[in-house]
Amino acid sequence: MSFRERLQSWRYNLVPDHLVGEILTKRWTDNAIPFLALVATLGVFGSVIPGFFKLSSLQESTRQLGEFSMVVTGMTVVMLGGGIDLSVGSIFALSCFSAVYVFFILEQSIWLALVAALATGLIFGAINGYLVGYLRLRAFLTTLVTFIFGRALFDILVTTYAADVQLSQASSDVLDFIGDGTFWGLSVSVWLAIILAIVTHIALTRSRPGWHVLAVGGSRRSAHNAGIRVRRTVFMTYVFSGFCASIGGFLIACRLSGAGPGTGLNLEIMALTAAVVGGVSLGGGRGSVVKGLMGAIIVLTMTNGLIRLGYGTGTNQMVLGIMLAVAVTIDIRWLKNRHKVLNEVYVAPVYLKMGETQSAVPGSGTPYQLDNRLSVADHIGLGELEGPEDVILDRDDHLYCGTRHGEIVRFFAPDYVRSEVFAHIGGFPLGLAFDKSGNLISCVGAMGLYSVSPEREVKRLSAETSRSWTSIVDDARLRDPNDCDIAPDGRIYFTDSTKRYDAHDWALDSIENRATGRLLVYDPRDGSTKTLLDGYRYTNGVCMAHDGKSLFFAESWACRVHRYWLEGPKAGTAECVIRDMPGYPDNINRASDGNYWMAWLGMRTPSFDLSLRHPDMRKRMTRRLPQDEWLFPNINTGGVVKFNEKGGIVEAMGDLSGAAHPMVTSMREHKGYLFVGGILNNRIGRYKIAGADPDWTSPASYWGAKS
Amino acid sequence: MNAIGRPSFRSLNQEGIVFAIAVALFAAAAIGLPGFLTADNIVAIVRSVSVLGILALGMAVVIIGRGIDLSAVAIMAMSVAWYLQLLNTGTPDGLAFAYVLVGVLAIGLLNGFLVAYADVPAIFVTLATGSFVFGYVRSQLITQDAVPVPQGHWVELLGGLRFLDIPVEVFVFAGLAFLFFLFLRYTKWGRYIYFAGDNPVAARNIGIPVRPMLVLRYVLSAFVALIAGLLTAASLHSINTRVVNSTLLYDIVLVAVIGGIGLSGGRGGVRNVLVGAALIGILLNAMTIIDIPLLYQNLIKAAILLGAIIVDGIINPRDEQTAQQGDI
Repeated sequence: MSFRERLQSWRYNLVPDHLVGEILTKRWTDNAIPFLALVATLGVFGSVIPGFFKLSSLQESTRQLGEFSMVVTGMTVVMLGGGIDLSVGSIFALSCFSAVYVFFILEQSIWLALVAALATGLIFGAINGYLVGYLRLRAFLTTLVTFIFGRALFDILVTTYAADVQLSQASSDVLDFIGDGTFWGLSVSVWLAIILAIVTHIALTRSRPGWHVLAVGGSRRSAHNAGIRVRRTVFMTYVFSGFCASIGGFLIACRLSGAGPGTGLNLEIMALTAAVVGGVSLGGGRGSVVKGLMGAIIVLTMTNGLIRLGYGTGTNQMVLGIMLAVAVTIDIRWLKNRHKVLNEVYVAPVYLKMGETQSAVPGSGTPYQLDNRLSVADHIGLGELEGPEDVILDRDDHLYCGTRHGEIVRFFAPDYVRSEVFAHIGGFPLGLAFDKSGNLISCVGAMGLYSVSPEREVKRLSAETSRSWTSIVDDARLRDPNDCDIAPDGRIYFTDSTKRYDAHDWALDSIENRATGRLLVYDPRDGSTKTLLDGYRYTNGVCMAHDGKSLFFAESWACRVHRYWLEGPKAGTAECVIRDMPGYPDNINRASDGNYWMAWLGMRTPSFDLSLRHPDMRKRMTRRLPQDEWLFPNINTGGVVKFNEKGGIVEAMGDLSGAAHPMVTSMREHKGYLFVGGILNNRIGRYKIAGADPDWTSPASYWGAKS
Repeated sequence: MNAIGRPSFRSLNQEGIVFAIAVALFAAAAIGLPGFLTADNIVAIVRSVSVLGILALGMAVVIIGRGIDLSAVAIMAMSVAWYLQLLNTGTPDGLAFAYVLVGVLAIGLLNGFLVAYADVPAIFVTLATGSFVFGYVRSQLITQDAVPVPQGHWVELLGGLRFLDIPVEVFVFAGLAFLFFLFLRYTKWGRYIYFAGDNPVAARNIGIPVRPMLVLRYVLSAFVALIAGLLTAASLHSINTRVVNSTLLYDIVLVAVIGGIGLSGGRGGVRNVLVGAALIGILLNAMTIIDIPLLYQNLIKAAILLGAIIVDGIINPRDEQTAQQGDI
């Protein structure tokens, strides 16, 4: 290995590039930017302002934060539902005034004042909700106008009653406690804000109305078509926002024991900025209460900090303006380009030097040399089938295969002309196997392991395994279950080819070439799924050895076949039995003469082998070229190979014309014939094997002669 | 105004209704209010809506192109405040004006760039830039809320200018209205604004430079705001930056929307601005004569604006199936 290659292998095999893409697929990355902004803001102001973190100073700022974050929580919910509420400042001020009026002027109890404040907020919110939700007016302008309206009303009321409030003798211990007291070290407003945030968070993430809000915000039309009452949901978000703002207003009434012209001034732009800076998306559907709270802390720290640093009038607005513009722009750009970024960085190729191989060229004299035998195979279902990845025959000689449309199709013996849809599963049924009682077990691409009873009942056996501790991408889910086979004791051994790509993206996995394939076992006795082996380059076909004490499985992109021992001294370990083949192996099945058939889905090429030693080149290729122009493994020529128990190659056959069976992903021997399938083919081939046992069938080989 | 040749008598209706209301209000005020129907008062009405009308012209162009400019008032007040501050601290007039002009155009360009090329909703862009412009100029460039016009400066002289006893801003308003009318009606770019406002994607597909045109509209709006600011300073001999926090901005939207310029874009024209301005001018004047306090006037204006938006929502309903996600 040259020094350059060694460097490349270190660079691309040891540096975990793939984690960048995996992290970007996570929804919590949306939280990372506001969180960093929060830490930075607190850090900067904490270090610039002396005594910023002192208890007394925090006490006062958190009181304000409690009121503010409630307003932001309401705003967050409205924005999640796809709207916006600019009238929160007015609702806040009017609720504050209602409480003050009831308490100081009417001299009623503080609880009645609370009721008055809440009623004000709910009514105001209901007006907004009616206009925006039911009349479908534009949220921004409508709430802007109700904001002006509310503000004008508040200004009139405050100037009219200010003197009366000043002269009032009313007082209450409860009011003083709410305004100034603490409970376990935290002020009442902070406690209320925390409770409100938790309740709202649970409601949004765990309850039907909350999901409806997110659904409406995510896609109004789809929500409507799904039967959600969109208008009522939107209405309720504004009522909730009014409710939140009114609690905030009540709290400030208690804290300041009055209402002034400055109450709730600029609150709407602050709350909006907080929600957007926190990462609540404009237009709805994306965001959370926690994000809103992070934004609230950032904005309040920034504005209060600037005041305490002594910057003059207007600085706040300037900073709010900058923050709002930057946050909105980032939000829009991020939303728009996230998938592009993800597409660019997700494929992270690794270095692999493939071993020298023997030639498969016809006439080269090696055991791998292909011939043209498969080109004379009869065809079954020509033009009716799309993508019979695996084929299998039952005891009555009927033929089954999966299709691209998520169906399992049955062709009737003896001539295989008539066919029917045996079962519809969905996904892409790949590997097939019959168990002892005649259930058809299938690995369904993108879905999991399924069982179809002879009565055509579809049952899911497994869709997940245990999750590994260190993985970032969710590797509990089976993304590409590929082939399965069943041990004499009934346990189902199957492969999951890759953790990083969905089934239909298998070609991307070949370019990346990262070893994430697994061998798993499903135990029908307790329904558990366990991972047996991990870290292979696209695990593919599985086949029980004739004695049932071990199994063979194919590792496609490494062109190897391994043997995994179920019993005996090597139980639980795997060893490589065939290495450095000239083709990419796919499914493996038993042959009547005690050997094994193996399908080749494609052939290695010097150019692709070379590209595997240049991960940098493949990385550039995936980033800069359109997918049509990428270098892929050659899947235009495949074949069928027979190997023996020891891993020695017995013979190989192919279709050199490429007309009938260019790519072979599966073959099954049955009564002297070989049935050949291909995942990109439009037919099943039937080929008469010279000298094969005319009575041998696979079900009999596995489960004994028919009883 | 029938912008793109399809039957739109509903909008005609709205404009007609507003016009009828304005006439009725005018008649009622003329009969019921002493001192309303005098030459001086009529001039006062026209004068009072001149600045509003000029700002509404800029807003109208932006709204027809399916946008909105919430930074207009901030640009109007703060640019002139900065200009006067520069003059008061001894900067040569030409240089000061050049500074301000560059600043105004820069904000217009920034608005347009963020809306057109960064795809940020206009409402948020202009809300943010308005807040920024006010905050930056107030905290960094000027020292107090109100900045006076220097003695004997041309802005002061402009305020005293009269033709036939009619103040100059009325003529400026009339002239600008005529220019905007010509621009929107008879120039290629003016027609493009309607196409882009009615259906931006289709406009882009037929080869209209939608994005540069968007930038142009915001620059135009900013420039018009500067003119309005100069006229305000001319008539009051100073500029008070607190106007940014007043309801002037909503009055502008009110004039445009109540005149019948649909907020969903592509409809309306200069005539709608004139009708809207007439109604608001008469209304404000009548309320002032009746001696309704300013606070109550705000309340009434807000109620009217709300009514206008509701009517606009009913006449130009938003289509659930084609409305853009996130179009708030």
